[in-house]
Amino acid sequence: MSDAKLIFEYSREGRSAHAQAPLTLAEADVPVHLRRQTPPALPAVSELQAVRHYTRVSQKNFSIDTHFYPLGSCTMKYNPRACNTLAMLPEFLSRHPLGPSSHGQGFMQILWELQEMLKDVTGMRGVSLTPMAGAQGEFAGVAMIKAYHHARGDHERDEILVPEAAHGTNPATAVMCGCKVKELPTLADGDVDLDALRAAVGPRTAGIMLTNPSTLGVFERHIVEVSEIVHDAGGLLYYDGANLNAILGKARPGDMGFDVIHMNLHKTFSTPHGGGGPGSGAVGVGERLLPYLPVPIVGRDDDGFHWLTESERPDSIGPLSAFMGNAGVLLRAYVYMRMLGRDGMRRVGEFATLNANYLARRLERAGFTLAVPERRASHEFIVTLKSEARELGVTAMDFAKRLLDYGYHAPTTYFPLLIPECLLIEPTETEAKEDLDGFVAALTAIREEASTDPDLVKGAPYSTPVRRLDDVRAARHLDLAWGPQAEQ
Amino acid sequence: MSELPGDLKYTKDHEWARVEDDGTVKIGITDHAQTALGDLVYIEPPEIGSTVAAGDSCAVVESVKAASDVYSPIGGEITAANELLADAPETVNQDPYGDGWLFAVRPDDNAELDALMDADAYQALLDEEG
Repeated sequence: MSDAKLIFEYSREGRSAHAQAPLTLAEADVPVHLRRQTPPALPAVSELQAVRHYTRVSQKNFSIDTHFYPLGSCTMKYNPRACNTLAMLPEFLSRHPLGPSSHGQGFMQILWELQEMLKDVTGMRGVSLTPMAGAQGEFAGVAMIKAYHHARGDHERDEILVPEAAHGTNPATAVMCGCKVKELPTLADGDVDLDALRAAVGPRTAGIMLTNPSTLGVFERHIVEVSEIVHDAGGLLYYDGANLNAILGKARPGDMGFDVIHMNLHKTFSTPHGGGGPGSGAVGVGERLLPYLPVPIVGRDDDGFHWLTESERPDSIGPLSAFMGNAGVLLRAYVYMRMLGRDGMRRVGEFATLNANYLARRLERAGFTLAVPERRASHEFIVTLKSEARELGVTAMDFAKRLLDYGYHAPTTYFPLLIPECLLIEPTETEAKEDLDGFVAALTAIREEASTDPDLVKGAPYSTPVRRLDDVRAARHLDLAWGPQAEQ
Repeated sequence: MSELPGDLKYTKDHEWARVEDDGTVKIGITDHAQTALGDLVYIEPPEIGSTVAAGDSCAVVESVKAASDVYSPIGGEITAANELLADAPETVNQDPYGDGWLFAVRPDDNAELDALMDADAYQALLDEEG
């Protein structure tokens, strides 16, 4: 059903959903001069119109619950229903964050155990659950690195090293924390250029931000050397948890030499994501950064569980959220980890990697070009459509749009920037072999179309509620507000 | 791929530099760069009056695909930024070597220009990158 109308377009003056309205409206306890003078621009529709509109909109969802969603770097895996069901128990939902600790011992025990499990699976010494998203976790990480250097009277260190294949959020975080970014080249086989790293470190090096496996979908083999070079220069190592799914239960950032890590609990540990939140960017640290962890943290002693705040942890970089992060996401992560256990978490990493390598080799055999063919893939891999673009005039974006007609969410396109005409494909551990085979068949069929009828692919998609959008016009002429006043 | 202008100097990061009559040097991105980036939607100019060293990132070009830093090929003072681009970033796509220039620098040391590539060397780099 192609219905692209907005709820405001059904609006007619005087219409309303009477059965939903309160019988009487109490006078608002707001001084007259602070009250708005014009009524708010709300749609005037019947109850049935509202129900139909939102039901139709909900049916347009393209989600992991309906389709294969191999969006590289985003880990769009299936989130078990049990995680959601248990996190939504009324005992959790009704808890008030300002209630006394003695009334929330069960909830606090869960958070304490979550802290301990995350320490165990990542090899870190301490964990704080407060950051509300990956970006805030990154901010916390670099803020702790700065706090560490300052506490040592080491005020000159203001450079953060970032490989050129890094996530865009890493340099952005460094700049937000008042540091300068120094970019490191990546070798053709995907590893960091160690000679360039040796040349780049020095007395101004605050640290390095790395994703391992990297954005190129390969494991950084020289991570121990990287760690030695940076530590010898007096800098610290930051681990971006974006690709944690690949190594879950198999390898630990703490063992690689990382001093601080953030984990996207919403991504690796089961919360539906992709809609902008809520998230959780829990951080883990090694010995050196323990005093600086953001508060509150859950502590335990003979009397039970209690909050550790700035009074117990005076060197903390401070709180990052009103209470202790997004409780719902933390609860889902806890249930997910408890259901899997340590062995199950290892199988997550193994099957995520197996699925990615199976898909990569099937596509290679079907004639597609892998960006780093000589390396085993991690949980994701890159196909470059450079030769298809040159020979057939059909780009990675055209392939991505046509995939929608075949019932597949497009992989990530044009990222990492290093690889021309690329698709970054992350199948995740929750897909069956038949679904992966179906995706290979679809991409192969699209390439066949591209050679016989390129305009068909360039005009895609045809089956979606809206056809191909003019992304250039949308970016050049931003129009973010729509209301009845702006109707024309 | 169109012919590379012979009077320009080029960098491996796909910027070009042209010495103007008043001694300042205009900087832009090459035709290859604008093709690779695709339609540009926003250009963040450098601050006029600021000083840069050769290789410093000082402007950002953003397309629907990516945002990329632009590095100054030479050190000096930023004397101008192309005001046309605020409302018409597509000028860089349409005329990368002409009206689509990005900013101008008054160089501290003209010798830095000698370290840049000429059109033949840059063409060889493009051929190599394929």
